[in-house]
Amino acid sequence: MQPKNVYLQDLTRGLVKENPVFVSLLGMCPLLGVTGYLFYGFGMGMATTIVMIGGSFIVALLRNLIPPQVRIPIFIIIIATFVTVIEMALQAYQPALYEALGVFVPLIVCNCLILGRLEAFSSKKPVIRSTLDGVSAGIGFTIALVLLALVREVFGHGTILGPDPEGAIQLFGPNFEAMTLFAIPAGAFIALGLLLAVVNLLMKRFNI
Amino acid sequence: METLLSIIFIYIFVENFVLQRFFGICPFLGVSRKMETAVGMSMAVIFVMTLATLVTWLLYTYVLVPFGLTYLQIVTFILVIASLVQLVETVLRKISPTLYQGLGIFLPLITTNCAVLAVTLLAIRQEFSLVESIVFSIAAAIGFALALIIMAGIRERLEMAEIPEVLQGSAVTLITAGILSIAFMGFQGMLTL
Repeated sequence: MQPKNVYLQDLTRGLVKENPVFVSLLGMCPLLGVTGYLFYGFGMGMATTIVMIGGSFIVALLRNLIPPQVRIPIFIIIIATFVTVIEMALQAYQPALYEALGVFVPLIVCNCLILGRLEAFSSKKPVIRSTLDGVSAGIGFTIALVLLALVREVFGHGTILGPDPEGAIQLFGPNFEAMTLFAIPAGAFIALGLLLAVVNLLMKRFNI
Repeated sequence: METLLSIIFIYIFVENFVLQRFFGICPFLGVSRKMETAVGMSMAVIFVMTLATLVTWLLYTYVLVPFGLTYLQIVTFILVIASLVQLVETVLRKISPTLYQGLGIFLPLITTNCAVLAVTLLAIRQEFSLVESIVFSIAAAIGFALALIIMAGIRERLEMAEIPEVLQGSAVTLITAGILSIAFMGFQGMLTL
C-alpha cells in the first residue's frame, strides 16, 4: 500500500467495496422509509451526507480532546447539532421535501451508519482522511437510496422525478398500470431484498 | 376512552411501527434470529420507550416551550434517551440482577434504535396529551414487539429451509419482512384517529 494512495482509498472505500447499505446493512430505516420517489431518496442521501461529513470533520478535529469514557454521548450531540442545522435549512429552502421526509429528518441522529463511521474511523484518524471517509460513506449511502428509489418509483408510479406532476417524466404511455406493490411499505422490503440479491450476485460474479 | 383505545389499536396493528412506518428496522433485522433475544429486546424497548416518552413530553411542555427553546428538541430528546438508557441499566443492575441479565445486553443498543426517538417526536408532532402520549408509546412498543417476535418465529424455521445462494442472509429476511408487511396491510384503513 503506497502512502500516496491513502486518500484515494478513503474516498472510494465506501462507494462499492464497503458500501454501508449493501455490505454492512446500516441505516435501514431512512432507506426503506423515504424511497417512494427518487427526489425524496436523493434529498435524504444528501442530508445524511452533509451530517456525515460535518460529524467526521468535527470528531476528527476533537479526537484527542474527547475523553474515551463519554465519547458516544459526545458523538451523538455533535451529530444532533448538525441534524438540527440540516432540519432548519430544509425547512427554509426545501419546504416540500421537508414535509415529505417528515420525522425521518430528525431521525438522521439515530442512523447507525453515521455513529458507526465516527466510532470506527474518525475518532482515530487525522482530519483530512476522516472527512474523505465521511464523504465516501455518505455518497455510498446516497447511491443505495437512489438505486432503491429508482426501482420503486419506476415500477410503483411509472415516473421519474415525481411526485410533482410538472417535473415528473412519464416513462410509459397512457396504458401503463402502476405496480402499487412497489409504492407501498411492503414493497420497500421486497424491493430492497431483491436489490440485495442482485448486488450479491454481481459482487460474486466480478469478485469485488 | 375511545381515543385511547383507537390509539392502542392503530399503533399496534394499522400503523405498525416496524412493518408500516419503518422505525426500528436495525434491531428488527439484527436481533430477530432467535426467539429468546427477540423477547428480551422487546421487553427492553417497551420499558425504555414508555419512560422516554414520559420524560421528553414533560421536558418539552414545561421547559422547552415556555423558554422558547423548541429548536433544541432533537438534541434534548436524544440526550434524554441516552442518559435514560444508562440510568435504567445502572438501576436494574442494582435492584434486580435477574431482570438485568435478561435485558442488560439490549439496553445499550436502544440508544440507536430510531423507534424510540420517533415515538417521542411523534407524540409531540401529533399534539397528544400526556396520557395519550403514554398510551401511544406503549402501543407503539407493543407493535414493535409483535413484529419482532413474529419475525423471530419465522426466522427460526427459515434456518432449516433451503434458500438459493444469492438470497441467503439479509435478502431473504427482507423479503420475508415484506410478506409480513403485506399481511399487516389487511388492517389498513380500518381505523384512523
